[in-house]
Amino acid sequence: MNEMEFTLYILILPLVSFIILGLGGYKMKPVVSGLLGSVLLGATTLLSYATAFIYFTAPRVDGAFAKMMPYNMKWLDFGGTLQFNLGILLDPISVMMLVVISTVSLMVHIYSMGYMHGEKGFQRYYAFLSLFTFSMLGLVLATNIFQMYLFWELVGVSSFLLIGFYYTKPEAVAASKKAFIVTRFADLGFLIGILLLSFYTGTFDFDKLCSCDPALFSGAIQASFLGYSVISVALALIFIGGAGKSAMFPLQIWLPDAMEGPTPVSALIHAATMVVAGVFLVARLFPVYETFAPDVLHGIAYVGAFTSLFAAAIACVQTDIKRVLAFSTISQIGFMMVALGVSGMGSHEGTGYMAGMFHLFTHAMFKALLFLGAGAIIHAVHSNEMSNMGGLRKHLPVTHITFLIACLAISGIPPFSGFFSKDEILAASFSFSPLMGIAMSGIAGLTAFYMFRLYYRIFWGTPSEHKHTPHEAPALMTVPLIFLAVVTCVAGFIPFGEFVSSDGLIYEIHLDPTVAITSVVVACLAIGFATWMYKKGSNTMPDQLATTFCGLHTAASHRFYIDEVYLFITRKIIFDRISTPIAWFDRHVVDGFMNGLSWSANRVAYLIRGFQSGNVQQYAYVFLIGTFLIVALALSQYINF
Amino acid sequence: MNILSLFVLIPILMIVGVFLSRSMQAIRGVMMSGAILLLGLSGYLTALYLNMRAAGDRSPMLLVSDMTWFESLNIHYTIGVDGISVLMLMLTSIIVITGVLASWKMNPLPKEYFLWFSLLSLGVYGFFISLDLFTMFMFYEVALIPMYLLIGVWGTGKKEYAAMKLTLMLMGGSALLILGILGIYFTTGATTMNILELAKANMPIEMQRIFFPLTFLGFGVLGALFPFHTWSPDGHASAPTAVSMLHAGVLMKLGGYGCYRIAISLMPEAAHEMAWIFLILTGISVVYGAYSACVQTDLKYINAYSSVSHCGMVLFAILMFNTTAMTGAVLQMLSHGLMTALFFALIGMIYGRTHTRDIRLMGGLMKIMPFLGSCYVIAGLASLGLPGLSGFVAEMTIFVGSFEHTDVFHRVLVIVGTSSIVITAVYILRVVGKLLYGGIVNEEHTKLTDAVWYERLSVVTLILAIVAIGVAPLWMSDMIRESLELFVI
Repeated sequence: MNEMEFTLYILILPLVSFIILGLGGYKMKPVVSGLLGSVLLGATTLLSYATAFIYFTAPRVDGAFAKMMPYNMKWLDFGGTLQFNLGILLDPISVMMLVVISTVSLMVHIYSMGYMHGEKGFQRYYAFLSLFTFSMLGLVLATNIFQMYLFWELVGVSSFLLIGFYYTKPEAVAASKKAFIVTRFADLGFLIGILLLSFYTGTFDFDKLCSCDPALFSGAIQASFLGYSVISVALALIFIGGAGKSAMFPLQIWLPDAMEGPTPVSALIHAATMVVAGVFLVARLFPVYETFAPDVLHGIAYVGAFTSLFAAAIACVQTDIKRVLAFSTISQIGFMMVALGVSGMGSHEGTGYMAGMFHLFTHAMFKALLFLGAGAIIHAVHSNEMSNMGGLRKHLPVTHITFLIACLAISGIPPFSGFFSKDEILAASFSFSPLMGIAMSGIAGLTAFYMFRLYYRIFWGTPSEHKHTPHEAPALMTVPLIFLAVVTCVAGFIPFGEFVSSDGLIYEIHLDPTVAITSVVVACLAIGFATWMYKKGSNTMPDQLATTFCGLHTAASHRFYIDEVYLFITRKIIFDRISTPIAWFDRHVVDGFMNGLSWSANRVAYLIRGFQSGNVQQYAYVFLIGTFLIVALALSQYINF
Repeated sequence: MNILSLFVLIPILMIVGVFLSRSMQAIRGVMMSGAILLLGLSGYLTALYLNMRAAGDRSPMLLVSDMTWFESLNIHYTIGVDGISVLMLMLTSIIVITGVLASWKMNPLPKEYFLWFSLLSLGVYGFFISLDLFTMFMFYEVALIPMYLLIGVWGTGKKEYAAMKLTLMLMGGSALLILGILGIYFTTGATTMNILELAKANMPIEMQRIFFPLTFLGFGVLGALFPFHTWSPDGHASAPTAVSMLHAGVLMKLGGYGCYRIAISLMPEAAHEMAWIFLILTGISVVYGAYSACVQTDLKYINAYSSVSHCGMVLFAILMFNTTAMTGAVLQMLSHGLMTALFFALIGMIYGRTHTRDIRLMGGLMKIMPFLGSCYVIAGLASLGLPGLSGFVAEMTIFVGSFEHTDVFHRVLVIVGTSSIVITAVYILRVVGKLLYGGIVNEEHTKLTDAVWYERLSVVTLILAIVAIGVAPLWMSDMIRESLELFVI
């Protein structure tokens, strides 16, 4: 596959950008560093588009696109058949992810030149953005699961660095720490899963794993671990890793706090790309899940559905616009997980897989748009709180229209992209079980409600007082908004099933009229309800509802107290109940024993030092007694003898 | 003359040179030129070694030469290297040169300080090139004694107490060790102390059962094996910067190296039999060190406990008895040596400015000293195993290797061991958050300056080495793997 060798530059360019900006950035003018980052990323984006074009226009092999591996080199040897390779794997989902990541990343790069203008550490910001883009691209291009883990960790660190970008703000520091540690904890599961899976199959390669060769997996199926077959345990553990990154319940707690980072970062990392890594991971290993552990796959669907509902409920009562969007992201990722979880293999059974990937694609675009729009709003009013907004539609016309498009898309109103992908997910859920279908339709309605609550409270309602009139963002910021809005309008018409499907064969997307009509009606009702409640700021209904459902409302605004549970575990248990006693034990018992030894040596020395007094009479006395004793001893021996 | 003897000769010349020097400039000149020579020599040796291997030399030890020392006791000055010792020599050279740079402004008594410093490095170099049990032990002792003076005279805080504690505990270890060595010598009935010869001789299993634990514990004390690790926090906290670097960076590696080369290689049967006891102890070290580090407030204590955890991982991996895990152990020794030296160098530089190591009294240093702050973050990331830095390579190799044991005992231990990567993240980020990020706690600190050139050079050298291992580990891991396979266990 020689013609695909240029894909290596997709990884090299962002890395080069990171190295240059990281080492020499502080000497550059901010504008230069921003331009450098954006230009290199622009080149990466072009290469990604070229890759996608070449890849999807190449002739199919047996009806499916061929997997290509332009690079695969040995990076570390673990003995036996286990090799840690670094390489590039091109297949439909990785190529699709290339397009998503590079597009959103480029938009964020351009947008940030306006948004972050004048910030201290501008160069550092671009260096970290490049590092993130590099790691994320490496993650999706990984040829084997260990390479994925490697980039997975790098992505985590870039996210940590970017959340903590405003490192003098205590909340940002705490949020970055939390994000890293929670995802690290999940990664532990991922790592153990990899170790188990690779030990029994003798390979890390996706290529071999996804072939689902029974011979390869026989060991893993037969062996049992804690009473379950190793393969199920390993796949469940790997999913925990994915759940951590993708903020699935109960590991979702880090994502809302991650909003402390700069808003474009939230758009890139915590909405469009990194948080869907877990979905990508499950999709990557989908054949293995489907063949060997369908139970785990169903579990993923239930976790996804629950998370989706849970997050949507919280999103309805949050007042910080970024937090609303964060919970909405969690909820939408739940949709993708459900789609994968309910999916099977094959053309019709595989709807879910295709739908999940499709939703990943469309969601990345409109969610990035929502976040960038939120950034423009925050830029204008210098606040994240909805109460400081209201009536902004006159001041921010471009932001208003693009935001509305994104809201319609996420609510699933045709002809915007979200409608098509969400509809497929609902169809797949209905064919899995009616209950799942109804639940997901309900959550979709909830989504429409909270998104329009957000929309009306920002752009309509009572205008609040501002020191100076809010004004529209500069062109550097509005152009990405417009671009993403256009994508959101047209992406739904992409014949996605031709490119990505569970078995690689062409899958015709056909809308199921019942499902489509139901979902649109539900969404319209929800939007209507939101309009009635929030369009005029004077409606007292929201307050009345809040007082009626007082308990639920309080619990939801405290995010159902999951954070408190975590705080309890870390502070009270890990620090106070484990670490502090261990440290005490170390100082007082282990070290105390050593000190006790030296003390007793001292004590003994003190007791016997009387013998070395320097007093000659005493020496002579002892000497005489000694002599007598020896003579007596000798005599007694002699006499006995 | 054998090129390896230069590793002993150059430090001797450095001692003489420092002794004759009359000014600080001259001392620095001598130390720097010596350190550069040693680094160059290590580089040359590595190239030479790789060439010889590439040319097909498959003997377990290369560049062997032998000189009789005490005929009647069969003590020889036998030297030789394999891939592991070549890398250890390289590590030592890097740490010596960065240590010299870190103690550029040594005051008071620079002359005496550098004399002992050179003697210390002499001992370490000698240890890694020796193939004779007795010579090895002698060099080991040579490395230990200067430590007492270096901490006792140039240290900070409770330095006399710490120096005495460290020396006594390590001497206790040596006492076990000499018993072990004599035991090996007499019970094999060999007429030599050469490790290669002894490895071929069959030691009776009953005797191995007695002497293996002695030897392993003797080296284990130096490798901070629980519960004999308590010298480490106090010792490191009181030691001057370069001594902490050399000690944690190299001297603690003598423990792991000795455990492998002597205890396990010479007494493999007993090692297999008794591994479970030591596996439990090392497993405890790994987790216990990490948890203890979570609540410490002194930067050096944090790093010392973190060393207990990381060095515990080395011994843990060695006891897995398979090539992959052992390769990981050696990589972990290198990685830990470099990053802990980097930590201690940075802590020394921060302490030199703020005159405190208590993280509660500092904050927001990133804003004041961006260079030192960024380097501290890199060191922290290396410590928590970020890919692209050395820690990741070492830990992953260890975990994959350790997973080759399928029984429940090993599985549980390995999973407990892997859980330390989360706790490591907790204590590293806690320090980063408190010390570097956040607001400035002490207004006095705003006047402090960032690193100067020799400090920068020292830190950058270490970071480059860490990155080099992290980015391209294959040649190194192959080198270690090959040596392990040749030296039949």
